Amino acid sequence: MKSNSDYWKYYAEESSLSTVIINLVYLMLSSALLLAFIRMAKGPSLPDRVVALELIASIVAGIVGVHAIDTGVSSFLDVAIVLSLTAFLATIGFARFLERGGPRDD
Amino acid sequence: MTEWAVSLLILLGAGLMLLAAIGIIRLPDLPTRMHATTKSGALGTSLIMVGVAVYFADVAVVTRVIAIIAFIILTAPVAAHVIGRAGYFVGVPLWKGTVKDELQKNYDPQTHALKNGLEKPSANTKTQQKNRRR
Repeated sequence: MKSNSDYWKYYAEESSLSTVIINLVYLMLSSALLLAFIRMAKGPSLPDRVVALELIASIVAGIVGVHAIDTGVSSFLDVAIVLSLTAFLATIGFARFLERGGPRDD
Repeated sequence: MTEWAVSLLILLGAGLMLLAAIGIIRLPDLPTRMHATTKSGALGTSLIMVGVAVYFADVAVVTRVIAIIAFIILTAPVAAHVIGRAGYFVGVPLWKGTVKDELQKNYDPQTHALKNGLEKPSANTKTQQKNRRR
C-alpha cells in the first residue's frame, strides 16, 4: 500500500512539463486573480463587481486546467465545466436583478 | 515537442488572462473594462484548455475540452451583452473622455422607453396635439 507522499510523487513524475513554466503560469494567474479581486473589492458600481466576478471565474477555470496538467489528473476538468456554467448563471441573475431595479448598496 | 507546444499554449493563455486583469484594474469605466475582460478572458481560458487537450491527448479529455470551449465561446458574449445593457440602464457613469454615446438621444431613463430613431415624425406630432387638446 502506498503512503500519501508516494502517491504525490507518482503524479509529480507523470508531469513532463518543466516546473519552471508551471510555476510561472501559476504566478501569472495568481497575480491576475489578485488584480481582479482588487477591482471587485473597490469597483465603484455593482456591474463593475459583476464583471470582475466573471473574470475571476474564468481565471479560476484556467488555474484548474493548469493544475490538471501539473498533477496529471484529468478529472479536474469537470470542475472547470461546472465553474464556467455557474459563472454564466450568476451573471445573468445579477443582470436581471439590476434591470428589475432591486434594492442595492453599491 | 509536445511539452513545448503545451508550454507555449498555457503561457499565452496565462498572459492573456493577466492582460485582462490589468485591463480591468486600469481602464476607466464599465464598457472599457468589459472590453478588456470578455475577449481576452475567454480566449485565455480557451488557450489553456487547448493546452490541456494537447497535453493529455485522450478522447475523454479532448471531448470535455471541446465542451468547455464551446460553452465559453457561446456564453461570454451573451453575459457581456446582458451585463453591459443592465449597467447602461442603471445609469453607470461613462468615462468623461467618451466620444460617442448613440443611445443617449434614443433612450429615456424615466420611462425606460427605447426608440429606434426611425419613427415617423407625424405620429409624434399627432400625440403631441392630442396632449395639447387635453
